Parts: sequence; structure tokens; C-alpha cells
Amino acid sequence: MSIVRSGIRGRILDVVFANGTRICAFLVLLIIVAIMVSLLIGAWPALKKFGPSFIISKEWNPVTEQFGALVAIYGTVVTSIIAMLIGVPVSFGIAIFITELCPAWLKQPIATAIELLAAIPSIIYGMWGLFVFAPFFGDHIEPWISDTLGRLPVIGPLFSGPPLGIGVLTAGIILGIMVIPFMASVFRDLFEVVPPVLKESAYGIGATTWEVIKKIVLPYTKVGVVGAIMLGLGRALGETMAVTFVIGNADRLETSLLMPGNTISSSLANQFTEAVGEIYTSSLIALGLILFFLTFMVLALAKYLLIRLTLKEGVRT
Amino acid sequence: MSENNSKSGPSLLEKGFASIKQNGQAGHQTEGPDSLPLKMEVKNLDFYYGKFHALHSINMGVPENRVTAIIGPSGCGKSTLIRCFNRIYELYPKQRATGEIILDGRNILDPKEDLYLLRAQVGMVFQKPTPFPMSVYDNIAFGVRLYENLSRQEMDERVEWALKKSALWKEVKDKLNQIGTALSGGQQQRLCIARAIAVRPEVVLLDEPCSALDPISTAKVEELIDELSDDYTIIIVTHNMQQAARVSDFTAFMYLGKLIEFDSTDKMFTNPKRKETEDYITGRFG
Repeated sequence: MSIVRSGIRGRILDVVFANGTRICAFLVLLIIVAIMVSLLIGAWPALKKFGPSFIISKEWNPVTEQFGALVAIYGTVVTSIIAMLIGVPVSFGIAIFITELCPAWLKQPIATAIELLAAIPSIIYGMWGLFVFAPFFGDHIEPWISDTLGRLPVIGPLFSGPPLGIGVLTAGIILGIMVIPFMASVFRDLFEVVPPVLKESAYGIGATTWEVIKKIVLPYTKVGVVGAIMLGLGRALGETMAVTFVIGNADRLETSLLMPGNTISSSLANQFTEAVGEIYTSSLIALGLILFFLTFMVLALAKYLLIRLTLKEGVRT
Repeated sequence: MSENNSKSGPSLLEKGFASIKQNGQAGHQTEGPDSLPLKMEVKNLDFYYGKFHALHSINMGVPENRVTAIIGPSGCGKSTLIRCFNRIYELYPKQRATGEIILDGRNILDPKEDLYLLRAQVGMVFQKPTPFPMSVYDNIAFGVRLYENLSRQEMDERVEWALKKSALWKEVKDKLNQIGTALSGGQQQRLCIARAIAVRPEVVLLDEPCSALDPISTAKVEELIDELSDDYTIIIVTHNMQQAARVSDFTAFMYLGKLIEFDSTDKMFTNPKRKETEDYITGRFG
């Protein structure tokens, strides 16, 4: 056994190691290109037949083989927006309460409950949404919504209609509940890395809890906060099972949020097994391609926002 | 304290004394702390971290517009004591203080005390520089905006005043819109001092303000303390005995949560009454 390490052996190992990690990293690029190419190939017949109008057509008729993505895109975007409107403020509230205001004995139970919520499979949310939440919502909340919000000018049409229980609004709310545990626990982790001494100095010149959160905690963690919101949005855009249960799966474009609709991912889940004919299958793949681009745009937007935020601060070291 | 112990042999202490003589105590009087008007008076203060009894019946008076240093080995309760003066300890649920701290005639430990106004009156600078994640200008304007509604021009003047007062103006006047964390460590600490004095407090608490700084920055901060003591009552916690000797008018020596001796800095360093004080400042323990 030699004591001195062999220099050559070490160098060879280093080369092997460096190339190994490089292969792993390039694998990611390869997979992403492969997925994009196969989606493009699969979607090509539909894109060729319908052209750009595929995106703006609200027709989705398997019998006449006329397909357009607008209903699914609209449903995907609107359910995700509703989910964010509910999920972001609630997650903020949870995270701020846990890190800043919660008595010590209550911290752990709440944090554990959030992690348990995150561990529930999405199909359970779907079942709960369909069998428990949707009937309750339809019987008690929706009539009230269409009687109050539904009568308002401008936004009224969004909230009028029969109380069916299932629909776009219900799907958005279920999605909101689903993204809360994820965002709340990321926010909490972010807020916890704010150095206590930084908060102390803000409290030390007499700032209130709200001022400390707004002026110190949020600016300190903003990069992570934007990232977490975008990841949550990405999750909401792609979520399939729970939405499929409660959205109603109707390929019609309705103004009212109380009416059934469809999202890209639930269209795919529902229709892929019964898709016959090249154009039908190809149109579904084209929907998948659009979803891919939507999530890509979300990530790009996140990057853009972060760059803007950094620029606004002026020069950084 | 061991690091200090090894550094502060008699020769360094002598240098400390020499500097007292040179500075002539910045022209301040050298009689006992009780003969001056008091800004703050601590009466029978006890402090607990949960069940741990950290401060035992502290009694001391802090003279107005003077620099009072608190020295003692690690864990003796120096920082704990000054954390009572603006009640910052209350951010943590298991910490509590009993007794009285009289500031301008009122007991600030009274639960009815308005903490936000108290902290405007008693500013604090921490061991490590803590610039907020915002521009240099906003770092200083932050505290001011909490209490005063100033016009843009008045705010500009206030920021300039605070930065000049903390000897930072020349270095940052072209970088006011840069983020505060981009400054050097010493500049950041002076920025924190500027931030603390911009609210125009009456008392400034400095919790080992130089322990993370290089010697040049330390010298600048010490000069600053000397200047500020004309207008402010300053309480500084320090590990560094020469620093206490250089910057303070009065020194309190604490050990194991008790105030052992409190007197003018000259007397404490030349002729301490208590054996423990003498042992500590001559480096026999610590």
C-alpha cells in the first residue's frame, strides 16, 4: 500500500468524474429536445390542417373532426389564475403566521399539517372535490354568488348561471387548495432564512411586524418568492386528475365561471383512450405542445421578472 | 474571552491607558457616574431566558451625553443587559425582565410602554452590520419614514445629515441608489449607525459594534462614538478592553450576570476597587 497518491490515477479519475457530470447535465438538454421534437412531429398533421386558427378556434368536435384549442387554453389559464388568487395570499398568511407570529408550541403542528396536505395524492383532492366540495358548493355557495356577484355590472356575467357545483370556479378553488401546501412551505423556508439580526434591527428602530415583513422580509426573499409562485403556477397549469374530476369536461366556451369547462390536461386525460383517427390524436398532441409552451412561458416570465427586480436595485456586487 | 485574554497583556493595557491620557477623556469630567444627570437608571433588574437566570439584580445609572462601556467575559450578560434597554428581547417569547429601567422618569419595562416610540428614542446597532435589502438612501430613510412625514427635500437633508454625522457621506454620496449590502463591511456598519441616528434617538446602544471590522474601520467608528457623545447618551458593549478605555467615560464590569463594579473609566482601569475587576482588566482571567 503506497502512502503517496498516484498523480496519474487522480487525474484520470478527475477526467472520468468531470465527463460523468457533464453527461448527466447534457442528458437534461437531450430529453427536453427529444420531448419537444416528438410533440412537434405528433402535432404536425393537426397543425398543418388547422393552421394558426387551431389556437383561436373554440370548436372541438370529434365527429366532424374539427378541432380548436381555445376552450382548453381558456380553462387552463382561468383555473390557474383562480388558483393563484386564492393560493398566494393564503400561503403568505400561513408562512408569515408561522415564522413571525405563531406561539412556539403551535408552530410544529401547523407545519406538519401543511406537509401532510402536500403529501395527499391529487386524485384524493379530486374525489373529495367531486363528492364533498362540489355538492356543498353548488347547494350553498353558488346560489349566493350568482345572487350577489352575478348581479354586478361588468363582472356579473362571470358569476351568473345555474348552481351546478362542478365547473371552472370549483376547479380553480380545488387547484388553489392544492398549491397552498407547496407554496406555504416554500415561503416558510424562505422567510426563515432571513437573519434574525436583520429583523431585530428593523424592530430596533421601531418598525411594526407588518413593516418588517413588507420592507425587510419580502425584499430579502423576493427572488425565492417569485420563483415559488411561478412553480406553484406551473403546478396549477399542469395538474390533471383533480381538475378532471370537478371541471365538468365540457368543450364549450362559457362566459360564466360557474359553468363546466375543460383544461388542456383534463382533455388529454379524458380523450386520449378514445381518440380515433390521425387528426383527433394529433390535435390532442398539439394541445400537449401548447401546454408545454404555456409552462415554458411561465418560467420565462419568472426569469424576466427576476431580472427586472435586480435591475431596479441598481448595481449589485 | 480567551482571544482577548491572549491579546491583552499588560503592554496593550498600558497602551490603552496611554490613549486615555492622550485623549484626556475627550474633555469630559472624570468624577463618579452618580454626580452627573442620569439619562437612564436601572433598578433591581433581573432577566430570565426561560428558567435560566441571566441577570441578577442589576443597579446602575447611565449618565446623560456620556459614553458608558459595559465590559466582561463572554456570557456575563453584557448584551442581555443592553437588550433590555429597548426591550428588543421581547421578540422572543421565553425571555423576560423584572425590575425597573427608568428613562426620563418613566419605567420602560411597564407593559403599557409604547415599544415603537421607545425604540425611536433608544436606537441600537448590532454586532454584525445589518444593512436592509434596499438602497443606501432608503436604508436611512426607512426608520425616519416610520415616525416623520418629510418632504423629499427634507428627507434628502436628513439622509445627508445622518451620513455626515456617521462619517460616511464622502464615501457614499455618489452611491446613494446602490443597494446597501454592496458596501464594504466597515461602511455597512457606519451605515447602520447612520440609520440609527437618523431617527434622532436620545440613547444609542452599540452591541460590540466593531467586532466584525478591520482596525481602520474600527478607528473610524471609535472616532464617531466620541463625536456622537456630545449629543447622545451612548452605551457600548465591548469585548475589547482598550476600546472601552479609549472611547468611554464610564465603565461597568459584569461577571456571571452580576454588575461587579461601575465607575469612571479612569478609576476602573487605574484603581479598581474590586479584586475581580482588577483580575479581569489585567488579564488574569476572562
